[in-house]
Amino acid sequence: MTAASATPSASEIAKAVTSGKLTALEVTETALARIERYDGILNSFTDVTAERARTRAREIDSAIAAGRNVGPLAGVPFAVKNLFDVKGLTTRAGSRINRDLPKATRDATLIERLEAAGAVLVGALNMGEYAYDFTGENVHDGPSRNPHDPSRMTGGSSGGSGSAVGGALVPIALGSDTNGSIRVPSSFCGIFGLKPTYGRLSRARSFPFVASLDHLGPFARSVRDLALAYDAMQGPDADDAACTTRAVEPAAPRLAQNIGSLRIALAGGWFQKNLFPEAAEAVAHVAKALGVTKVVDVPEAERARAAAFVITTTEGASLHLDRLRKRPNDFEPAIRDRLISGAMIPAPLVDRAQKFRRWYRAQLLEIFRSVDLLIAPATPCVAPKLGQVNFVLDGVEMPVRPNIGVHTQPISFIGLPVVAVPVPLEPMPIGVQLIAPPWREDIALRVAYTLERMGAVSAPPPRGL
Amino acid sequence: MSAELIDDYIASVAALLGLPIEDAWKPAVRANLEVSLRMARLVEEFPLPDETEPAGVFIA
Repeated sequence: MTAASATPSASEIAKAVTSGKLTALEVTETALARIERYDGILNSFTDVTAERARTRAREIDSAIAAGRNVGPLAGVPFAVKNLFDVKGLTTRAGSRINRDLPKATRDATLIERLEAAGAVLVGALNMGEYAYDFTGENVHDGPSRNPHDPSRMTGGSSGGSGSAVGGALVPIALGSDTNGSIRVPSSFCGIFGLKPTYGRLSRARSFPFVASLDHLGPFARSVRDLALAYDAMQGPDADDAACTTRAVEPAAPRLAQNIGSLRIALAGGWFQKNLFPEAAEAVAHVAKALGVTKVVDVPEAERARAAAFVITTTEGASLHLDRLRKRPNDFEPAIRDRLISGAMIPAPLVDRAQKFRRWYRAQLLEIFRSVDLLIAPATPCVAPKLGQVNFVLDGVEMPVRPNIGVHTQPISFIGLPVVAVPVPLEPMPIGVQLIAPPWREDIALRVAYTLERMGAVSAPPPRGL
Repeated sequence: MSAELIDDYIASVAALLGLPIEDAWKPAVRANLEVSLRMARLVEEFPLPDETEPAGVFIA
């Protein structure tokens, strides 16, 4: 039995638990045993909530025995990036400093919603400090490791989420994405990730980074699992000021709808530059599977990335200003130095970035009048080695860290929904972004589902376990 | 912009904000600030109409 075949999908688990073929407790024990066996390699978990999980699983089994419907995720184990509040745990957000905060007294909204759908939380996951990271490395907890080659990065900042799902320790994990932190680990770890429209999913009781750019979303090993988790988490929430009041728009029932009428194009310009050959190959592979040859230029994407960079560093600095004053030596040094510099950006330049954001949004909305979906690379390269500082791209030596997100930042900058799909190249997988208009997650999920059914994209078994 | 000018600016803003910066951190803070200002200038040089509203509270 391979490491992956030991873990069925979320939808298979839910079906088996609902029908009584498996108990939620059996599923939970299997997940806990896999975490025990493999997490010494992956370092994806920072907390395993075993007793809580067993208690919840027993409740689900009792409810099923009593004939009650426990929901579409009955007995499905999941884990969350450690910036989500988990009742009884301290929300460390990848930091040393936040470990001194009181324990959370209530779960994050998205955890409550997944558990209300029958899922079982098994733990909290490693991440880059305060989410200001594209690598998945962490000086306090050690790096999360890539399930296909543990000497490589998971990508970040939701590194543990990518590692845990890529390593098939859990079928579903949650993460956050400010500039690419769901899509980058999805790409490097060879799994599916959904960054929904800005405001679609509640961020209540999660530790923030950049309020105007923060999104939460799921990771999974299949599109159906991704959609099941997404659907279970939708809905208004007064505890998040940015959360939409739109009604729930379930995507799972629409996955198999024909995509023949959709107008799909490749994102041109900036999105066809700064690519290693494997990234270009993955994009070409997806385009060929869909029969797409049309290229649409996305104007000023490089400037959009720059504006996202400026907003990120200044809002991040604002968030952490007092911690920078009082405990500068307790930060990861590279992140501290970035945040300090963020506090020094003159205000008019930040205002210009927010004004440019509105201009750029209008350009993309205009493109979406004649296109339903854009295809773009998720990362310029496959997972680099842990600790790698530079890579050579188009003959130019560049720093790895800030350049991992060059293709994700111009998209999250204006809150567009994206599904990252894995192309299982050898020896390392790499992701491709499927980008839809605002509030049309269903389109990106339908195209991802079609690609998966064609065999063009899939989450490979963990090759490094 | 000279390194000296940026270092003076960093020292002044740090004093205004009450941010302690040890000598050993200064080169990294300056390098980060130079990158951020380069990014900010790329945005600033793009002409926008005076009427453009910022996306301060963003609705997609």
